[in-house]
Amino acid sequence: MSRERAINLLLAGLLLSVPLAALALGELFYITLATRMAILALAAVGLNFALGLGGLVSFGHAAFFGIGGYVAGIFSSHAFNQTPLFSWPFEFFGSDQMPAIWLAAMLISALIALPIGAISLRTAGVYFIMITLAFAQMIYYFAISWPAYGGEDGLSIVVRNGFPGVNTAVPLIFFLVCYVLLLAALALFALVRDSRFGAALQAGRQNETRLAAVGIAPFRIRLAAFTISAAITGLAGALLADLNRFVSPSMLSWQMSGELIVLIILGGTGRLFGPVAGAMLFVLFEFVLGGLTERWQFFLGLILLGVVLFARGGLIGVLAGKARHG
Amino acid sequence: MAEPVLSIRDLRKSFGALKATDGVSLDLRPGEIHALIGPNGAGKTTLIHQIAGGITPDSGEVVFLGEDIGALGVAARARRGLGRSFQISSLAPEFSALRNVMLAVQSRQGSSFRFFRPVMKDRSLTEPAMAMLERTGLAARANVPAAELSHGERRQLEIAIALALGPRAFLLDEPMAGMGPEGSRALTAFLDGLRHEAPILLVEHDMDAVFALADRISVLVYGRVIATGTVDEVRGDAEVRRAYLGERP
Repeated sequence: MSRERAINLLLAGLLLSVPLAALALGELFYITLATRMAILALAAVGLNFALGLGGLVSFGHAAFFGIGGYVAGIFSSHAFNQTPLFSWPFEFFGSDQMPAIWLAAMLISALIALPIGAISLRTAGVYFIMITLAFAQMIYYFAISWPAYGGEDGLSIVVRNGFPGVNTAVPLIFFLVCYVLLLAALALFALVRDSRFGAALQAGRQNETRLAAVGIAPFRIRLAAFTISAAITGLAGALLADLNRFVSPSMLSWQMSGELIVLIILGGTGRLFGPVAGAMLFVLFEFVLGGLTERWQFFLGLILLGVVLFARGGLIGVLAGKARHG
Repeated sequence: MAEPVLSIRDLRKSFGALKATDGVSLDLRPGEIHALIGPNGAGKTTLIHQIAGGITPDSGEVVFLGEDIGALGVAARARRGLGRSFQISSLAPEFSALRNVMLAVQSRQGSSFRFFRPVMKDRSLTEPAMAMLERTGLAARANVPAAELSHGERRQLEIAIALALGPRAFLLDEPMAGMGPEGSRALTAFLDGLRHEAPILLVEHDMDAVFALADRISVLVYGRVIATGTVDEVRGDAEVRRAYLGERP
């Protein structure tokens, strides 16, 4: 077993053990903390497709995170109030079932990512960063000015949405739902990374000219990666809304986009478990430093500075060494 | 005479006041090595870029295998069968030599929209790629990241990638650049055999290689072709001597 694989297993085990230990100690709050780690990790796994594999620094992934959140909020509010979400071509009353919400969150995120990507990917570098940011801000202000779903105040989910056969109101069960989805997304990431598509995507990050010269147009590959990336981040958004039983425009804010990038850099860009390591660290810092001082983000900034200056590969890079490509 | 594989008609490209390509026409015929020589700044690389699709000409045609490919992008032209190597090695630096070649094999096989099967376990990718590395003498370095290869090895890898595309024509932009005399000789012998697989448009400064390899030579000066002909014809051309070989009349 390679060193990286051992570290990955350790991280997966650690994340799973937090809520179990919390349950044993009767400290239910820590289950919420671990759930938050898993959800942020999932969102960052999504971003890692675009940023880690494709080198596409999207500064607008909060858009998809928030869209996923709003899908959960809007679906459940219509299901709760029994008001139709739309009545043509058929009457649709939303849903309070997670599988339906997840599917919708992923589909809608992907559908919105498609035109955003198609336009943004005409540019590169700083322009790409700025255009993705601009799109996300448009959606942010749209949410703020849309009173039907709470506008600036956000939208509450009265009862956490359900999953067939289990009681999602139990914190540990909801954690396990999120955890399993995270593992599934990681498995997908590993498959895609090692596939033909992943080879083309990573080659495009390393050298776009080379990719085109062998006859593979970078644009379509990147657009597909951006869309997959958005769908997974959207799924994570739906879960976060269910965790907090609340969704607000802050999920769509540029700070959120920045946090997702920070998570990946902390953990290790392009590494399978980079987002997991990053999310665990981030939530831990938020909790520990946040308990010590209101200005915990100042110290997070210092840590990030350290990582960027001295440990480019993030936590996984420090522990497992440089990435190897076959 | 056989139809030319690649045919450039009256190509023009200006950058501001600079006429980088000024009405260039030339043919690449089956089985030949057509060398393109000229002093620095003559517009050789700009011309190659216009053929490969990286630069759009202001006017003129690029006809490849009977089709006007002027509207196609770089990737589409490569898929049609234009195999190219770069003046300055352009590789995926983190990927091993093998994976660099596999990328070309993958492209040749068709779709890159396959998401699940691991490439390293796909023998339809690894075996042809390995064969190309063996042909170019890089087999022993297959698993070394491109960034860690020597300069000469990177030049060889460029050729291996171009070969793996199974191209109908090669565009080789100074393949000998920066290689030692021994490397140049080995590559000259290699290219000599390659012309029977697909004709080569060869930009090269190494005159020994050019005179040894070329069936025909075109001389490019200030964006214009001032002479095209066999080695002897070009060597004997008064204008070429004056403009390029540096001899006084």
